[in-house]
Amino acid sequence: MSATTAPTPAPGPATAGTEADGVLEVRDLAKHFPKGDQDLVALREFSITVRPGQFLVLLGRSGCGKSTLLNLMAGLTRPTSGQILYRGSALTGPSTEIGYLTQHDTLMPWRDVTRNVEMPRELRGQDKRSRRQEAQRLIELVGLGGFEHHFPRELSGGMRRRASLARMLAADPETLLLDEPFGALDAQLRTELQGELLRLWQGTGRTVVFVTHDIEEALLLADRVVVLGPVGSVLLDVEVDLARPRDPDEVRVDPRFVALHKSLSAALKEGAR
Amino acid sequence: MTATTGAVAGAGAGTEAGAGGPLQVQAARGFRDKHGRTTTVWAWRTALLVALVAVWQVLSGPVLDPQYVSSPLGIWDRLADWVADGTLWTNTWITIQEIVLGFVLGAGAGAVLAYLIAPIRVVWTILDPYVMALYAIPKVALAPLFIVWFGIGTDMKVLLAAVSVFFLVFINTAAGVHQVDPALIDAVRLMNGSRRDIALKVVLPASMTGLLTGLRVSIPYALIGAVIGELVASNRGLGFLISDSSAKFDTDGVFATLLVLSAIAMVLNGLVGLIDARTSRWKPLDA
Repeated sequence: MSATTAPTPAPGPATAGTEADGVLEVRDLAKHFPKGDQDLVALREFSITVRPGQFLVLLGRSGCGKSTLLNLMAGLTRPTSGQILYRGSALTGPSTEIGYLTQHDTLMPWRDVTRNVEMPRELRGQDKRSRRQEAQRLIELVGLGGFEHHFPRELSGGMRRRASLARMLAADPETLLLDEPFGALDAQLRTELQGELLRLWQGTGRTVVFVTHDIEEALLLADRVVVLGPVGSVLLDVEVDLARPRDPDEVRVDPRFVALHKSLSAALKEGAR
Repeated sequence: MTATTGAVAGAGAGTEAGAGGPLQVQAARGFRDKHGRTTTVWAWRTALLVALVAVWQVLSGPVLDPQYVSSPLGIWDRLADWVADGTLWTNTWITIQEIVLGFVLGAGAGAVLAYLIAPIRVVWTILDPYVMALYAIPKVALAPLFIVWFGIGTDMKVLLAAVSVFFLVFINTAAGVHQVDPALIDAVRLMNGSRRDIALKVVLPASMTGLLTGLRVSIPYALIGAVIGELVASNRGLGFLISDSSAKFDTDGVFATLLVLSAIAMVLNGLVGLIDARTSRWKPLDA
């Protein structure tokens, strides 16, 4: 598309060496799942480079291998072929530098909010007082103050999402992988958490890979949107050159937004055929 | 817009979650709201018991032969006699010891073995049919064998109770281990947790429901195992009291012993209820 080459002022240093200086580099990635005599191909020859500090949104319909890709990037599963480099070295397993917020809540149901949030630091062996303090700070940050001693089942879906977010941040990762994190939330709450996420990202130099099937969400958040088709084929790769901060109500009527929306929508449709 | 902000500011006194969270307020509930249902339930339970005992007492004699059905007053007299001469307490104490020892032994072995074997899927799969085959054996059928092996002392009863408990705890705990949500294990892996972290901080607490189910369902079986052991061969214990009384055609004695046994069962059930209450706060997370 037209805007792809135009560099935006927002995303970090001028990208000179393009391929070399990615935080995450995915090369010829393939993932097959054995199913009876056949293999189910979830991902095929997928390559992408994520630049440091970039907010990358992977946009695609369900079943295009987005979650598979994120599981691979998080180091939870091993690729069938190809490789993933994190800061230049091959990723062989989960790393505390990479935070992963999965699509479904994985809070420990037998721990209250505080003990869930402090868990990454507990496993790291940090002493109780300082990890409690940090957990408290993060709980306030995601707006869960007053619910420290509630168990996950006593919280609403949105509150569990916030708790999960706080837990991920407790590990202090420099790269965040988010798999449709706000998919199941109502519109207001989603907007709010999107805002919180942007606040957390801006000025920290963190890199974000965000998976969604929602075009508007993609355009509100992203520096760059990659539209995925079946088995992880790249249908479109655009820089989003909209000025930040993007007000959700105003940006929707921005002609640039409308144009991008149209092209993303067209790309998604094309992938469906 | 301004109106809403004003309202929120006004309500700011309560504990309020950042935004979108529910509000927590002090609830004013009276005795009726809190305990009304429990009171009704207990009232009915008492009434039912009293009615049943009264009918039994009235019918026993004129209509039914007390030689076969005994009577509440007859049972009461027999219990009073037994309490007076110490028969009741010595025999009850022996049975309780057998139950508790058998339960602890069986549950301990079942839980430990389940945690050792169940996480290793291959071993579990290999052993599974044999475990099920042994589990299916009626434990009464083991009594003669246990008499040959361990004699007719308390050991035999303890072990009979233990075997019954063992399988229930073992199988339920193993099921609990196998039902651990893999996503929770992944969550700990993402925190760079070791295998030990996964075992202690995910598998152990997550399988606790399975273990507790095992403990809960097996408690009555400890009682059954011990009493059956006593019925088969012994000269003391509540099982002995039953067989001894029935041999003398003393139905009062049989019923009196049965009453004591159900009292023990109720106490044991109460203990299980306590175990349950401790863990139920977090249990389901399916929403």
